[in-house]
Amino acid sequence: MTPFPDRAQVVVIGAGIVGNSVVHHLARLGWRDILLLDKGPLPDPGGSTGHASNFVFPVDHSREITQLTADSSRQYAELGTLTTCGGIEVARTPERVQELHRRMSSAHAWGIDAELITAAEVAEKVPFLDPTVVLRGFWTPSVAVVDPLRAGELMRERATAAGALTVSAMTEVLAVDTDEGRVTRVRTDRGDVDTEYVVVACGVWSPRIAALAGAAIPLTPAVHQMIDVGPIAELAATGREIAFPIVRDMDPLMYERQSGADLEIGSYAHRPILCEPEDIPSLAAAALSPTQLPFTPDDFDPQMEAALELFHPVLDRPDAGIRHAINGLLSLTPDGHPLLGETPEVRGLWSAAAVWIKEGPGVGRLIAEWMTEGAPEIDAAASDIARFAPHERTRHHVHARASEGFNKTYGITHPREQWSSDRGVRRSPFHEREVALGAEFFEVAGWERPQWYASNAPLVAELGVSDRPYEWDARWWSPIINAEHLAMRRGVAMIDLSAFSQFDVRGPGALAYVQHLTVAQMDRPVGRVIYTPVLGPDGGFRSDLTVVRLGDRHFRVVTGGSDGARDLAWFRRHLPRDGSVALTDVTSAVCTLGLWGPRARDVLAAVTDEDVSDAAFPFATGRTITIGSIPVLALRLSYVGELGWELHAPFECGLRLWDAVAEAGAPHGLVPAGIGVYGTTARMEKGYRLVGHELDAEHGPVEAGLALPGLKSQDFIGKAAYTKAREGEPEATLCTLTLDDTPRFPQGGEPILTPDGARITDRRGRPSFVTSAGAGPSLGTYLLMAYLPPWHAVEGAGLLVEYLGERYPVTVARAGRTPQFDPDDTRMR
Amino acid sequence: MVLVVVERDGDGTLTEGSAEVLAAARDLAESLGVPVEAVAVGEPGDLPDDLVKRGVGRLHLLTHELLDDGSPSCLGEALAGLVADLRPAAVLAPSTDRSTEAMAWAAAELGMPLATACTEIRPVPDGTDDTWEVTRERAGGILLEDAALTAPIRLCTLRPGSPSPSETAAADEMTVHVVVPELRASVPRARLVERRERAAGMTLTTAPVVVAGGRGVGSSEGYAVLEELAGLVGGAVGCSRVATNNGWRPHADQVGLTGTRISPDLYVACGISGATQHWVGCMNARSILAVNTDPEAPMVTRATWAVIGDVHEVLPAVVDEIRRRSGR
Amino acid sequence: MDVLVCVKRVPAVGAEILLTADATAIDTRHLGFTIGPHEECAVEEAVRIAERTGGSAGVLTVGPPETEEQLRYALSMGADHAVRVDSPETDPDPEATAAAVTGALGELPPYDLVLFGEASADAGHAQVGFRVACALRRPVVGGVKGIDLDGAGGGTVTLRRATPDGVELHEAPLPAVAAVLEGLNLPRYPTIKGRLRAKRAPVRVLDGPGATGGLRTLRLRHRPEARAQTVVLGRGAAAAPAVVDVLAELGMVR
Repeated sequence: MTPFPDRAQVVVIGAGIVGNSVVHHLARLGWRDILLLDKGPLPDPGGSTGHASNFVFPVDHSREITQLTADSSRQYAELGTLTTCGGIEVARTPERVQELHRRMSSAHAWGIDAELITAAEVAEKVPFLDPTVVLRGFWTPSVAVVDPLRAGELMRERATAAGALTVSAMTEVLAVDTDEGRVTRVRTDRGDVDTEYVVVACGVWSPRIAALAGAAIPLTPAVHQMIDVGPIAELAATGREIAFPIVRDMDPLMYERQSGADLEIGSYAHRPILCEPEDIPSLAAAALSPTQLPFTPDDFDPQMEAALELFHPVLDRPDAGIRHAINGLLSLTPDGHPLLGETPEVRGLWSAAAVWIKEGPGVGRLIAEWMTEGAPEIDAAASDIARFAPHERTRHHVHARASEGFNKTYGITHPREQWSSDRGVRRSPFHEREVALGAEFFEVAGWERPQWYASNAPLVAELGVSDRPYEWDARWWSPIINAEHLAMRRGVAMIDLSAFSQFDVRGPGALAYVQHLTVAQMDRPVGRVIYTPVLGPDGGFRSDLTVVRLGDRHFRVVTGGSDGARDLAWFRRHLPRDGSVALTDVTSAVCTLGLWGPRARDVLAAVTDEDVSDAAFPFATGRTITIGSIPVLALRLSYVGELGWELHAPFECGLRLWDAVAEAGAPHGLVPAGIGVYGTTARMEKGYRLVGHELDAEHGPVEAGLALPGLKSQDFIGKAAYTKAREGEPEATLCTLTLDDTPRFPQGGEPILTPDGARITDRRGRPSFVTSAGAGPSLGTYLLMAYLPPWHAVEGAGLLVEYLGERYPVTVARAGRTPQFDPDDTRMR
Repeated sequence: MVLVVVERDGDGTLTEGSAEVLAAARDLAESLGVPVEAVAVGEPGDLPDDLVKRGVGRLHLLTHELLDDGSPSCLGEALAGLVADLRPAAVLAPSTDRSTEAMAWAAAELGMPLATACTEIRPVPDGTDDTWEVTRERAGGILLEDAALTAPIRLCTLRPGSPSPSETAAADEMTVHVVVPELRASVPRARLVERRERAAGMTLTTAPVVVAGGRGVGSSEGYAVLEELAGLVGGAVGCSRVATNNGWRPHADQVGLTGTRISPDLYVACGISGATQHWVGCMNARSILAVNTDPEAPMVTRATWAVIGDVHEVLPAVVDEIRRRSGR
Repeated sequence: MDVLVCVKRVPAVGAEILLTADATAIDTRHLGFTIGPHEECAVEEAVRIAERTGGSAGVLTVGPPETEEQLRYALSMGADHAVRVDSPETDPDPEATAAAVTGALGELPPYDLVLFGEASADAGHAQVGFRVACALRRPVVGGVKGIDLDGAGGGTVTLRRATPDGVELHEAPLPAVAAVLEGLNLPRYPTIKGRLRAKRAPVRVLDGPGATGGLRTLRLRHRPEARAQTVVLGRGAAAAPAVVDVLAELGMVR
């Protein structure tokens, strides 16, 4: 037994592939006195790493996951623990064939070699399957099998060789002490160790360990069933662990891979079987391992039938027996993404959980970079553990979404697809009116937001809006969106924006604090509304938001609903420790109604006694007005390119506000409009950028076209990188492209190709792909946004977009931020 | 009275297990204030002399040609008849296959319960019902069970190594009671037709030593040294699933969940980390010697003995050492 | 030949066995269930005999409905019919089990051979087969590691019994009963087809006699001895003499 230290720079809990990767990369980046703990023995402590099926399919629709997978594959290969065998996703249905085309698009977008092949070609590569049930195959030559236990051993060895690592297996964590919200100590059954950093890499046990420190890691252990069938002579004859391509039988949500003489069959089709982290047996009490629970055969029977259909040439043999069958545990999260980064509750407590084998080493590097440099190279926004609203961290929500999401593992998920479980958690005060108007609700951060209103259906014919002929394009969409758009541009619309996240910043240090976090000059007169990028330390986008100066020492931060939790965590993390600033989340105290359109001023004037003329209430200002008896903070700004205001009112007064505006608006042709207009059509006509789409950590304000005219003298996070970017030429420019005269409508994520079909990347290797896609009803075209390298970011240039297997011509309409619609912003004035 | 079923070796001496049961029976009988009697099959030989020294005053000798085979149904039927006549407080037998089978048959004939594999018997002499308490082994001896045994005559078999045989006062005299049981001639019985010495062939399941190799062996050729060691210690060679999957060994050699589960006296685990899949195949070994480079590998932490090191360094040295000592 | 195998549902335990709060049973919250290795061999043997002789291989258990999982496992190995004798007890007393089996054999079509495992993997009473044989007045052999059907035409079966000294061959007139040991054969794994067939196969349910026996579990305990620590004999080649000392102590080398 190695001596147990009483002090460590960082304690990493969990010696699966993730924990081992984290210690390896921390050591590489110069950390010392790293302590790696596991309750179980090494090299297989009994977690999910020990029973995973260990294959890596590199193509995912998510760029973030694809990047993590690619990095992981490189690392596995470098460690000599990767065997390339190729892989085929097979389609049995026309719907799946379309999905395979979609995957081809993603492969092209992310630069991964892949090919659609015929059933006969599938059978050539995997001669023991029945090609008659296959329509097409998606062949990825770089699919591989890895050995994560061996990789973990080698990573530990390297960190140990660097003199950076102490490993303590068979060590149980009893408590994680904190002081004023910061980690101070880890208590174990082998002794206590003082530390300021703890990384929870405990897979299915992570919620239990994080809870010791008072933090939530919102995942649930869930069963993934796997069986091994063999011996199969053709497989045994290869004498290798894997010699044939792995087959993902996508329609029945299964996979089959060679494992020595056996065919391993796994499924994501069975009913969701969740368990509690507290109920996982100990290593000693488990028959196999804590994460290999007893197989429940009834759940797997339909998959056996499906496996038999495809692989009957080898599975229907009397000597091919089911030699091993488990209910293996893996981690499921509410949205299917990993849980990475510092927990929002406890400083110094980092989560590296809900990670698949194919992402493990990449996650290790990402976490280590993040801990060392303040930001990882790969944008981890979608995996940031801070992304969850409070209700999304509850066990109820995690179970509901994990149950719903499990069968989507191999499912065909539409980019706009909505969850059906645990809905209606957060409702704006306007909700009952919206329901009465036939709102189609989409969810963001638990908020129910009208995407469009059935009550506006008559506008479709009236305004001559056409439908989309293809079901996939029209799924989770309605022509009513375009009709609401035109009605707003013609008259006026009211839009429920209560999902905005809003923080109040007060105190003697308030100005210095917001200056430090934002790019724009915050020292403006009271009443000014200031749009600003928020950057990470490397100058990439962290967020963009609006700050209103409400007093000398009082600011209101208004940011989007979808990323509000991350923004709140970012703001909290940077609060000065001297207590000179108070940050209050007022999201639930304030409701917001947007009022925009050429007639907006008429409507507002009708409900308030205040002077709302342009002279008295100029653009980019805000002040409190009264509407009836309701005090309303009115902000004159626009994300839709029209004259108007955001009306912020006490949450409980919302219904009165809605009714007052609706009544006054009726004579002016006021319509309720949904987020389809606000977030897509009107926004894109104006070329406005959206966080998580155009704005990410890999791009800064210069490339996004959001650099401000001046550079403030005060320091702020990301200033050095921002300053440098301003001085040079951008490597990429955010462009708006038009797609003309096709009946198809890309949804986002598709690759932009050169006219001769070649992939486009900039000098930093970043690919050009569609970041946002949506109609421009007032422009009469369909709009795409994409970053293009300078040699393609030329207005009028012709390029291609690949969508569902076809390539369509597109034109660069705008390079930079100048809007296509109302380029001089006259309508907002 | 406490009646003890005693067994004799091939040379006619009392088995160690029988002696232990007799000792336990003495203690039991003393607490009940009753005598101990014994029952055996065949000719008296030295048995009466031996038994009298162990405090047994009466020996019932069952003699019948059908008993010569050791047929459990015949012995069981004969025992049942004797027990029905004698009505002892308890009948104790050693927990051998043969006695257990005979006791099971006798219990069935008598319509009474039988507690097998007991380690302790606790009579309740003044109890209002017939219930005694026994402790018996379960799940291969990993667990002990306290059970209530309710019967007018308590039938038990005792595990070897129960209470240590204590010094007992010899009995005053020995009466040998020869019983020729009435065995139903009409009952169809199995007949012993042949007896063979232990077969010479060694298999994974029968080998007293299994030398098994896993990932750490590294190749098919790497098993040569395992074969050599197995030959020297009279054992068989096994392997883990990694070895089978890599084609180093045939599946028949695979120890583990998807291979063979074994219980040798010694399991030598060479370069096997001890993933649970494998562990369940060898966990019933009486002792384990692990050779592994990783001191925290589960096979090492669970082993009786461990050598930290590479298989291909350690095993050749062990083979050399064996040869050196034996002068071969 | 028609063969019936009697099997028992037992928990598939790990290295450490947890007990219920009242200590009357094994805590099976995290555990799956199985039939013991002896019984797996019995099922395998029955299936082989049925295949070879064109007969049938039945499987029977005594217990509540959940025990049908084990019947289906046996069916997936190739048994062709299954019988459950209904009983509320998951771990019945051996007298009660024997009474239930004996009663069922009176109702079922006749079998040439009834196989039991030598002892169940959990309770290990090692007596049900003999009780049933006694009740039915059938020949019985225990400890069986080989079944030879050469004499089946003449109405006998030869049973190879493992003894501490070697092997005994017993010839039993049919119908007969045998209690078998692991090592009798290498049981097959169920095939996918077998599993799917087993899922759909009917299980015949018979009423149990409701008998109870005279042996009742009061509590379970762990054996009081602690597990010994691993003795590290040394590192690398230098450990060889210590290893050979151990082998000598075990009597495996001179």
